[in-house]
Amino acid sequence: MIDISTLLANGVAAAVGPSTIFFALLAIGLNIQFGYAGLLNFGQIGFALVGAYGMGIAVVHFGLPLWSGVLVGVLAGVVLALLLGIPTLRLRADYLAIVTIAAAEILRLITRSTSMTNFSGGTQGLTGYGQAFRQPSPFDNGRFYNVFGVRFLGQDLWSICVGWAVVGLSLILVFLLVRSPWGRVLKAIREDEDAARALGKNVFVYKMQALVLGGVFGAIGGIIFALTTQSLTPDFYSPPQTFFAYAALIIGGAARVFGPVIGSMIFWFVLSITDNFLRQATAGSNPLISFIDNQDVGAIRFILVGVGLALLMVFRPQGIFGNRSEVLLDAR
Amino acid sequence: MRPRPPGLVGNSKDAAARSDDLASGWFHLSVVRALVVALVGPLIVGAVLLGAAVPALASQPPPTPPTPSQSPLPQPPSEQPSPEQGLPVSGTLRNADGRLLAGVQVQVFDSTGQQVASTTSNTSGRWELVVPRPGRYTFRIDPRSVPRGVNVLQGEVVRDVVPGTLPLVVFRFGEQRGGLQTTASAEAVRVLVDGIRFGLVIGITGIGLSLIFGTTGLTNFAHGELVTIGAVVAWTLNVTAGLQLIWATVLAVIVGAALGAVTDLAIWRPMRRRRAGLIAQLVISIGLALALRYLVLIYFGGRSESFADYTNQVERNYGFISITDKDLATIVISLAVLIGIALLLQRTRIGKAMRAVADNRDLAASSGINVERVVLFVWALAGALATLGGVLFGLSELGGTVQYEMGFSLLLLMFAGVILGGLGTAYGALVGCLVVGVLVQVSAQFIPVDLKYLGGLAVLIVILVIRPQGLLGSRARIG
Repeated sequence: MIDISTLLANGVAAAVGPSTIFFALLAIGLNIQFGYAGLLNFGQIGFALVGAYGMGIAVVHFGLPLWSGVLVGVLAGVVLALLLGIPTLRLRADYLAIVTIAAAEILRLITRSTSMTNFSGGTQGLTGYGQAFRQPSPFDNGRFYNVFGVRFLGQDLWSICVGWAVVGLSLILVFLLVRSPWGRVLKAIREDEDAARALGKNVFVYKMQALVLGGVFGAIGGIIFALTTQSLTPDFYSPPQTFFAYAALIIGGAARVFGPVIGSMIFWFVLSITDNFLRQATAGSNPLISFIDNQDVGAIRFILVGVGLALLMVFRPQGIFGNRSEVLLDAR
Repeated sequence: MRPRPPGLVGNSKDAAARSDDLASGWFHLSVVRALVVALVGPLIVGAVLLGAAVPALASQPPPTPPTPSQSPLPQPPSEQPSPEQGLPVSGTLRNADGRLLAGVQVQVFDSTGQQVASTTSNTSGRWELVVPRPGRYTFRIDPRSVPRGVNVLQGEVVRDVVPGTLPLVVFRFGEQRGGLQTTASAEAVRVLVDGIRFGLVIGITGIGLSLIFGTTGLTNFAHGELVTIGAVVAWTLNVTAGLQLIWATVLAVIVGAALGAVTDLAIWRPMRRRRAGLIAQLVISIGLALALRYLVLIYFGGRSESFADYTNQVERNYGFISITDKDLATIVISLAVLIGIALLLQRTRIGKAMRAVADNRDLAASSGINVERVVLFVWALAGALATLGGVLFGLSELGGTVQYEMGFSLLLLMFAGVILGGLGTAYGALVGCLVVGVLVQVSAQFIPVDLKYLGGLAVLIVILVIRPQGLLGSRARIG
């Protein structure tokens, strides 16, 4: 009835797969912003959007080579962070939250607008920017490879290798940064902004740096995922994705270097298993669970994430590895 | 001091600590009266207004079909298609005045957003195309191909295409414009009235958001879901249970008030008792919003569903402006409710208590106000207002339909309006929401229709640069 080995294999594949890498990078960015600096960025998916579309449009419409397209994408993330940070970083935390979620939605609406079809591809999406990404791949794109009992398509395996390399480099960077004087100032600002200011630190500049850095990680996440999927669709960048990344971050533990990555792996492992279980349990003529329609399984994922996020925040805001006293729970 | 029944504000314990300047019996009466004024009164006004439209509609020859823009009988296909050939989907495009629309492009996208087919309607307004396999598809009208003067109400339909049936996709086109000549000034007046109507609807829902923020400090991201749930409850009572929409709305408003109160009792009061931080509460409200939105999706489905009443109305000419009855009723109901709220805040004891708690929670508590009870009342009021706003939003802005994401799109505009006016201020929220509503409708004249909410969201960022405390806010609140 329920094929447990398939469930586990799919779960493991999801835990190392492109989605995990994407959300790990988003969550690494959020970790700098929310975990270390105490900034509520609810529009992280918007940073992924400008990264991915910045690269895609630069390559497809301006004929730039892929590497400079990637640079354009990262720069777009920097610009977005500056635009959002300048009006809001002097204000209370929830203003940034509202402005970032609104900005992410604005960006999605613009890219999917029919008036932009010739530029961003509109709802039809954008393709044809990433062929250069697969050229150096040592794997055969169409072949299946067996890695520790889990099957991966060659082209995915290449994306996964590149993705984890980027995640690894990001973690090293974060590790060094949060141990530096810069990282200590950031934590000081999170704990007591006025005290940091009294010590002569320019709080606004530090917050802005954190916002930009976190946004760059979001943009890189968007770029990596866009190179994996080789196509861009605006509706992928919808607001709930940011909250998936938050859920991953909080599961792993905010203000921990490895928190976002481990959280993202657990998140996708659990989500994949429940998803697969529900699909199997509700399929067929005599389903194990009859009160859930097979068509609704996709929606149940969002409900689980929402309820899980709320429950985590109530009962274990520090996640698995975090330190409760280091988690920002109250606005100034 | 004589014994008194427990009211919404104050209980016997803190009564002693309070300067007893207001008689408790009067208080009770005033709350009830204020509630009646705020909620039921305008509904009755609306009932009269909307009711007046019913005989007018009924007397129109010929009787109008419930959905205005499609032919009810599709022509059967000449042969039964095999799955390899794909599945045919068809429809007929007809404007609200009955004119058949030719040359309109219809596009189909699959669940990943890839376009799988497109076609153009022929001279009899009919279009037909083939999708490759069963599944869920989005059918969309290309707004650039729609003839001038035709108003697309619902240009996007999501439909499950299954073999063995003849899927018919219905697009809805705008209400017929009345006999008013479209001069520039008349057009400007129409846009302004549209904007005021939309702004009032945003205001009704936004005031609840602002009051909750003012009294508890919570930025409630789940407020949009209160709007959606309210509209869905009204839709269920109206369409499934067959209740007339006005009574369905009255019942739904009561359900919404109960829902707001239950949310406070079950979630937010325990959170406050645990001394949960505001950011923790904010993240919790997001989790709730996500869960509730997709629960609604499972119950209600991803499609836009129409109310049973007032779907097809003709604009009436009032000399300087022509407007449909439901839009007029929306404006009147909203105005009446908002005046009711203003009276509630200014004149009644609970209103004064609400303002006191918003001003300084500790001072209010120490002067004998039962803060928790005030907050509970605020939640119930916000739930009721969100429900009413949801119904009016669906009725006037979404062309008489309800959809599961309507609350979220309204939430961002609510935030824009509430911040524009000053977060935490009731009157500021109203002014801000009006500005946002007018801005959205005016900007829709200059930018593509699918970007029309953009102006409202952009003003959010602009106001934070120029005047972060909002139009009527005080600088001390923004931290």
